[in-house]
This record gives sequence, structure tokens and C-alpha cells, in this order.
Amino acid sequence: MKKFLAELIELPGVSGQEEETAKRIAGEFSGYCDEVRTDRFFNVYGIKRGSAPKTGKTPKVMLAAHMDEIALMVRDIDENGFLRVTNVGGVDQRILLAQEVTVHGREKLHGVVTTVPPHLQDAGDSQKVVKMKELSVDVGFGADKVKELVRVGDLITFCSPLVSMQGSMVNGKSIDDRAGVVMLSGVLQELDKLRYQAEVYAVATVQEEVGTRGAVISTYHVEPDIGVAIDVTHGETPDASRDDTYSMEKGIVICKGPNMHPGLTEKILEVAREYGIDYQISTAPRPTGTDARSMQISRSGVPTILVEIPLRYMHTTVETLNLDHLKMGARLIALFIASLKEGWQEWLKY
Amino acid sequence: MVEVLKRLTEARGVTGNENEAREIILELAAQTGAEVSVDRIGNVIAGKTGQKGGKKVMLAAHMDEVGFLISGISDNGMLKFKPVGGIDQRILLSKRALIGKNGIPGVIGVKAIHLQEPEERNKVIQQKQMYIDIGVKSREEAEKLVEIGDYASFDSRFVRFGDNKVKAKSLDDRAGCGILLELLKETYDFNLAACFTVQEEIGLRGAEVAAWHVEPDLAVVLEGTTCADIPDVPEHLQTTRQGRGPAISFMDHSSIGDKGLFRRMVETAESRSIPYQIKENVAGGNDAGSIQRSRSGVPTVVVSVPCRYIHSPSSVMDLDDYANTLRLMKEFLKGCETR
Repeated sequence: MKKFLAELIELPGVSGQEEETAKRIAGEFSGYCDEVRTDRFFNVYGIKRGSAPKTGKTPKVMLAAHMDEIALMVRDIDENGFLRVTNVGGVDQRILLAQEVTVHGREKLHGVVTTVPPHLQDAGDSQKVVKMKELSVDVGFGADKVKELVRVGDLITFCSPLVSMQGSMVNGKSIDDRAGVVMLSGVLQELDKLRYQAEVYAVATVQEEVGTRGAVISTYHVEPDIGVAIDVTHGETPDASRDDTYSMEKGIVICKGPNMHPGLTEKILEVAREYGIDYQISTAPRPTGTDARSMQISRSGVPTILVEIPLRYMHTTVETLNLDHLKMGARLIALFIASLKEGWQEWLKY
Repeated sequence: MVEVLKRLTEARGVTGNENEAREIILELAAQTGAEVSVDRIGNVIAGKTGQKGGKKVMLAAHMDEVGFLISGISDNGMLKFKPVGGIDQRILLSKRALIGKNGIPGVIGVKAIHLQEPEERNKVIQQKQMYIDIGVKSREEAEKLVEIGDYASFDSRFVRFGDNKVKAKSLDDRAGCGILLELLKETYDFNLAACFTVQEEIGLRGAEVAAWHVEPDLAVVLEGTTCADIPDVPEHLQTTRQGRGPAISFMDHSSIGDKGLFRRMVETAESRSIPYQIKENVAGGNDAGSIQRSRSGVPTVVVSVPCRYIHSPSSVMDLDDYANTLRLMKEFLKGCETR
């Protein structure tokens, strides 16, 4: 899991430009699936069919985790070849100074976000936030070369490969939500160890960060009976309220609220308890900012649940994750799928 | 040359704990045939006795770099820290650090943008509020790995990019150390003492000790200096410009360059057609401040490689500037033989 995650986060997959990441995911899924499809938006579908139930309909289960990531974009190129930037998706401007980036121009260019050294600052400067519009990226070339290689609108991703920390903790960029994609692959592998009666569509979705657009398209395409969205949630840190964050050790997070189907949510919690898998509960009083938001209202409606992975420092270059949660989540979702036997429709009733 | 720079800049050597940098310098300096010693504050002094003896020239570059001291461990296992040397607190968020002798990886995190009130996004987070996360759950776990008083450095690889540029941490002043190591490979008529100093970043303290026992007739300080030729910095405050060769200082906050040496340095560059620039802004300070006022006084001059974004994990240097600084110094030292 760690190796796949390390590979995935280094691939560029900014919302709307996910092709490279999609290819790698399709390659990975093909090892564990009966069929792999990629649609024209680069949603990747890994399809796996269990044994058919003796009577009744085979449940079609769609799992979704998004592959796209936040980034920066070239807004302007100045007369000395420095790039001015804007953000694609939510980026805290305060994390950008002295950050390393990759500019996706005609070639991939390494770059550094500029900063004025303390020696040249005026008193009080270090108390002023440098705004996104005041920042620039230095790619180390003169203006002519930069203008040849880079265009306004080119994407800039962060350069921050996976680093192992203590125990099973890792950090890096874009773990939101490549970790979810890795969990999808984990579910597919876990299913091989189980007897299950479902048709499973593991979907790595695109364009989540700009409004769950890949999920809209892919859920329509799959037309599932049951939806399971996998995304990250906030991990506990000293600078954030405990009410908004979840423990990095106490297990996978199951979300409750109107966006999630109550019966199915109860079902996955029951499975967790049965197999002794630790979980935490989160609550969302509104449509969540995850693929579950769109899955639930696709076509005639899809009963959907949301499985979340605690992640510290979301949308930074040092997003921090406990890898154990990926294994736990993959096992839980696979067991949940295996628990859908004859009469599974009962769970969907109100 | 580039390989040495990579080794030097990837070594950790925060002021007061320069060990990793010192080990590499000791190894490479010894290979040049110089007589190498470590003094009582930790400076490395590499001496070459001249074929004609007489005059003693001191070259100085500092091996220490800015970083952090771990100052506390919280119940939740997060580490509190203090900056060592001048670091702009605004560059710290979402950066990586390596802690203690074993280089335990950690991150300086910040809560997600989703959890911030809109007005928070326009407020600077104070360094005192920050913490380093090494991925442990508790104080007990952290204490097995880290002690209060451990040093931490930025975690940043040496990367070549752009038009013959490099990105690394601690180019200030491993660039100077690299040049000194190259200069040690030559032989000279006069006595040479190449000093790799400690504790420059907290007040030029290593150089003070080194100059006292070297007792030079003249000294040249090699630096990685500020270079702010970037957008939104007015031209007169940019100080140096990358790609225009070594920067020769007439004055900075710590010393006024010896007029004779300054002139000779400029003349050397001009007569050998080596690109150079005058450091335009009176800013920063360096070992020359200590060396100049050592004992009964020492004429000094400072020559620097312009480095963008110093005191951050991602400083940027032009390798042509580096090569030209080395060329200028070689020619200058040749000149010291004839005069």
C-alpha cells in the first residue's frame, strides 16, 4: 500500500488534467479486476464480479475515491521570467513561501516559490501575510526560455514525495485523496479472500476538488444500487478544535447525516463491530464535500455511505496519514460488501 | 565540484551542532594534503605552509546553518522548537525537518484551510504557536526518540534545475565551504589558513576564535549572500543579481572592506575578464566583522556567491556564479604571491 501511495502522489493529477494518474490507477486495478474501464473524463472503473446470489438481484456496489489534487496555476509571466500564480482548489497562501514545485509547461520544470530573506526585510514584515498574488515562482531560467516553455494557464503541482514517519505514519502531498484510491485497490485485493455476491465498481473519480464532477458522471454511468464514498477527513492536531477532528489512531471514520443512508450506515457499523474493526463517528449536517454528495442524488437516487480517513494538515505539502487506517478501511469495506447477501434490499428501506 | 556541493548542503550543521558538516569538511580538506585541525570551539582549520613562507592569508567560510532547537515535548507528542539564527517565521508552515542525531523526520503542520476562519488566512501564525509532528501519539513515545535540546534542520535535497541552477538548504554558507575546499587543492608561496568556522549565524563567534589563533596578515571571507532580484523588490534593494558573477562587498553591517583589498579584488576580476558585481546594499553581516577586529586588526574583504531565498529550505544558486567566484579567488591568491 505504501509503495502504491508513494508512486501515486508523485503523479500530477490536478482537477481536469488527471490522465497520467488515471493511467497508473488503471494499470494497478487491472491486476485485481475482471474488467477495467476509463471514461472520457478519465474516471477509472475497476470492475469485479462475485458469485451470483441463488435468488434475486445481484447488488451493484460503487466505491468512489477521487484522484484529483489541488494545485497552482500560472497567472502571468513577468519580464524576468518569474511566474505569478493563482490556486486551483483550496490552498492556504501561508504555506507557499520557499515551497518546491513542479511547473507543467512544455517540459516539466522544477521551481521554488520566492521569498525575501530576513536580512532584507523591514521590521514588522514577518507579521504580514504574503498574499498569493504577491508570490512568484522561480524556475531558474531567463525570460526568453521561460516564455518558450511556459504558458499562462499551465499547472503547477507541489513537489513533496512521500516520507515515512514514526510507526505507520507517512506524509506528503495529495494524500487527499490518493489514499482513498489506494484503499480502493485494497478493497479489490481483500475481496479475493472473501465470498461475496455483488458486482463491485471501484471508481477512481476526477474533478472532486472542483465540485465532485467526476462522481456525477461516473455514478450515472455505473447506476449502482449502493454507493460507498471514500475520502479524507481532518486528523487531530493541537491547533484545531477537537470537535472538527478525529483521532489518528482510533480507526476509520464513518460519517452520519442526511447525505448518508441511515440503514446502510448502520449495516457497515454492525460489520465493524462484528469483526472488531475500530471506528469513529463523524457527523455532517449538510451535503458533504465528498463524492457522496453527488452519488446520493444520481438518477433515481443511490443509497450511499461515507468512509473517511483521518488526515492531518489537509491541502498542504505535508498531509499526514496513518497507513494502518487504509488497511482497516479496505478490510471493513470488503467485509461490508461480503455481508450483502440475499435480502440485501431490506437494508435500503426506510 | 557539484558532487561536493551536494554532500555539503545535504549535511546537517545547525549552529552549535555542526558535526555532520564538519566531518565532511575534515575528510575533504585532508584529501588536499592540508594540515587539518579542529579547534576548541569546533572550527576546522586547514593550513598549507607556503613555499616561500612569510605572509599569512586567512580564508574563511562558515559551516553552520540556521535551524532549530527542540525546546519542549507536549503531552500529545508534538515538539515545540526555537529558531537558531534568523528565520522568517512565515516560511515555516508545511515544511519538513530532521530532528536529532538520527534525523527523525518531522513536519511543521498547520490546520487545514477548511478549518480556518476567513480572517485567520490573513494572519501570520507565530512561531511560538507552531509545533513539529513526528507521527507519535504521546510524550512517552516522543521521549524515546527526541530529547529537549536536540537540534533540527530543514529537510531539503540538493536539486539541479533551470539554467545551471541548484536548489538546496544551507547554500549560505556551504557554497563558501565548497570554494575553500577547491582552493585548498592548489599550492601557494605564502602560508594559507582556510578556516571553516562555526556559529556565524548567531554572531560571528567561531571566526573570532579562529582569527585569534591564525593571526593572519589579511583575510578573505567567502559567503553565500542575499540576492533578492525577484519581483516586487525595488531594484536598489535587490543587493545582488544572480548570474552576474561573484559579489564583492565594500561594506555590510559587520565590516567595511579594506580599501586596498577591495580594489585588488575588483582589478583582478577586470584584468582576467571574470564577471563580478559590487554588493549594492549594505545589509547582513559575516565573519569579516570578527576577523577584522581580531587582535590588532586584520584587513579583510568579502566575496560572495549570490544566493536567492537564503535562510530557507529552498535557496537557489547559479553554478556559473559559483565557478566564477572560484576563478576570481584563484586569480586573487595568485596575485597575493607576487605582491
